[in-house]
Amino acid sequence: MPLLELRDVEARYGQVVALRNVSLSVDEGDFVAVLGANGAGKTTTLRAISGTVKTSGKVLLDGDPVFRRRPERMAKLGVAHVPEGRGTFTALTVLENLKLGAWVQRGASGRNLARVFELFPVLYERRELRAGSLSGGEQQMLALGRAMMARPRLLLLDEPSLGLAPLVTREMFGALRQLNEQGTAIVVVEQNATLALSAARHAYLLETGRVVLAGNAEAMRENDDVRRSYLGY
Amino acid sequence: MRRLYLLGAAAVVLVVLPFVLSDFRTVQLATVGAYFIAIIGLDVLIGHSGQVSLGHGGLMAVGGYTTAILMAHHGVQDLCTIPLAALVAGAVGLLFGLPALRLSGLFLALATFGIAVVLPTLLKRFDHFTGGSSGVALFGLPQQSGQGAGYLGMTNDTWLYALTWTIGIALFALAWWLLSSRFGRALRAARDSEPAAAAVGINRSAYRVAAFGISAAYAGVAGALYAINVAYVSPDTYSVQLSLFLLVGAVVGAYGSIWGALGGALLIEFLPDLAGTLPHVSSKEAGPATFFFGAVLIVIVLLLHLVRKVSAR
Amino acid sequence: MANFAQQIVSGLAIGGIYGSLALALVLIYRATGVINFAQGELATLSAFVCAALVGHGWSFWPAFGITVILSFAGGMGLHVTLIRPLEQGPLLGIVIVTIGLLIAVNGLDTWIWGGQVHQFQGPFSTSPIHVGGVAFSKQDIGVIAVSVVALTLTGLLLSRTKLGLGLRAVAANPAEARLTGIPAGGMYALGWGLAAALGAVAGVMAAPSLLLGPNMMQTVLLYAFAAALVGAMVSPLGAVLGGLGLGVLLNLLGTYVHWIGGDLRLAVALALILALLVVRRHA
Repeated sequence: MPLLELRDVEARYGQVVALRNVSLSVDEGDFVAVLGANGAGKTTTLRAISGTVKTSGKVLLDGDPVFRRRPERMAKLGVAHVPEGRGTFTALTVLENLKLGAWVQRGASGRNLARVFELFPVLYERRELRAGSLSGGEQQMLALGRAMMARPRLLLLDEPSLGLAPLVTREMFGALRQLNEQGTAIVVVEQNATLALSAARHAYLLETGRVVLAGNAEAMRENDDVRRSYLGY
Repeated sequence: MRRLYLLGAAAVVLVVLPFVLSDFRTVQLATVGAYFIAIIGLDVLIGHSGQVSLGHGGLMAVGGYTTAILMAHHGVQDLCTIPLAALVAGAVGLLFGLPALRLSGLFLALATFGIAVVLPTLLKRFDHFTGGSSGVALFGLPQQSGQGAGYLGMTNDTWLYALTWTIGIALFALAWWLLSSRFGRALRAARDSEPAAAAVGINRSAYRVAAFGISAAYAGVAGALYAINVAYVSPDTYSVQLSLFLLVGAVVGAYGSIWGALGGALLIEFLPDLAGTLPHVSSKEAGPATFFFGAVLIVIVLLLHLVRKVSAR
Repeated sequence: MANFAQQIVSGLAIGGIYGSLALALVLIYRATGVINFAQGELATLSAFVCAALVGHGWSFWPAFGITVILSFAGGMGLHVTLIRPLEQGPLLGIVIVTIGLLIAVNGLDTWIWGGQVHQFQGPFSTSPIHVGGVAFSKQDIGVIAVSVVALTLTGLLLSRTKLGLGLRAVAANPAEARLTGIPAGGMYALGWGLAAALGAVAGVMAAPSLLLGPNMMQTVLLYAFAAALVGAMVSPLGAVLGGLGLGVLLNLLGTYVHWIGGDLRLAVALALILALLVVRRHA
């Protein structure tokens, strides 16, 4: 049974239909990339999973539809959503941001904190500073670290590479791979298709709210249409 | 067209009432008329222009004191003070409307609330002008037109009733015409969407300030009529409670229906009596009536919201 | 000179009350974006409750403690029943509900306890204490102490505890906080409860000197608004310092500027409010 399944999900913003008949599945420990151009519905897909936007169709976690799906509930059930723009609490310190991540865990266990600091030593150095004073890359790591504090089973990332230098991005995806190896399933939404496909095992391609292509990442990389439109060669 | 029939029926009822009711009730209804005018003004400001004022009673005070001072200190006939009260209050409204542009909803409410709370203090303090705590009495002044109404076959009370409601109906018609005209549409456009309004060349600021002026003028007339009715003005008449009760009256009309203004005005005058019908509650006590005012306001807002939510599905 | 020192101390005492109420206003504004016009009346209600308990034979401090706890619960209850249903709608709707609450609570106080003012026997004696040859009122010192304790506890709660952190997170970024699993609604209710508790402290501390009556906190509310605006409605520290400063300033103005005297101090506060609004706020 897959960890997460979307069956025929439709999502709207008022009158505008953002997702149509979207079906996808994520297994335990999987690494999935969701690709597509701007406005294809990638962000909405993540929002549909975390319950930030209302949907029709089925969203199943461990095979069960979650009753009254709201972001707070999904977080309790082990789904961590890092939205576009990182969403760090800029007025709070780095340490406070991380502690917040462990909210569903009944307080920050020292072990979780240590794990995060191990993966991102820069966060340890800057732990007493206001999160707003960190650079873009550091804030992304903070967002990731905060998500990790909850020991999620499923991590949703929206455009983590946005606005980051290539070196930082590679570092971050390295961290993601490590996390994934430790058992966390990851769904990453990326415009940078090359990067995403290099890390993911499976991928979905969205166009105007529909899934037009699905399969394992390698096959996607070889696909001619994908190569021309999204990989640039 | 059904509205016109309703209006006609209401007009007939209005004319007949004073002959059917006691003098006491007639005076009460005259006061209702004053509130009615004030609430129409508040509806224009809150409902159609989207600016919340918690200081409307203060503008009534401006009108009331203008009338009182002109009558008592300068010997002006009461009828003549009414347009002057409207002008003075309207000017105050316009002057306030300008800086009010800088304040968003919550903070405008806060500013007007502050003014309403402080106004009685100021009225008491500058007593050489306003008569201080004891106010200005108009009782028995020859400038009261009502005293001479006997030759028309009316008592003083009937005269007050006729005066208030004639003006009330005229001002209601004026507001209705204004709000359904291009002015009203521009006003509502300025309330709802700044870019859209600007796109069709509507100067949002001008309309918002105008709304303040108009609503203030209405309050001024209401204040003048109230002063003439009661033949007395004092700082405590225009407490913050009056402003808040007027707000309740405006909200009862669903923030913008000037037809609802009548319901609101009746509520303000008669809720103490209504409260008195409950067991163990005396209509003379201020407490229960005030409590129910607040409760009515809360219930109406919750209901309105519920209705909006259900109809949006 | 002695008079000056006395004015400062009594200014700080009343300023502590302004600061507590101002902090309550800031808490609710920061958490939910709402200006709670009923904050003063709720404080008055708390003071009446405390007086009623004392009248029934309770000694002061237990009565005070229970009052604060009841007020906390009441504040949370009000949020859940009146405010939360309106969260999706326009902000002005919520503000009008707080105005309805203002009117209703004021009426309730008058209904239950009558419109006249009563004496309230506070926990501190009014006899003077002599420090450095100057006589200070024990009551003033006591009120300052209680305010300091209440404000410090609130500050510690906000900065050191998990709940306080959650409250601050929800105030800063509710959508993000939800994604982290923080129940935003619960945090808002907590904010309202805390604000009501602070209001209770302010009301009970004010009652001995202002005399207990339904309109007791009407002017205090205005002063609290001025203080909260010093902190631009969002800074807790600004609100507290603003309250203390305002208390001292108004006392000094009232005593030394005869033109202002006792009755125009309210007008000074209003002028301050309007100035701060026009300078800081934008439409």
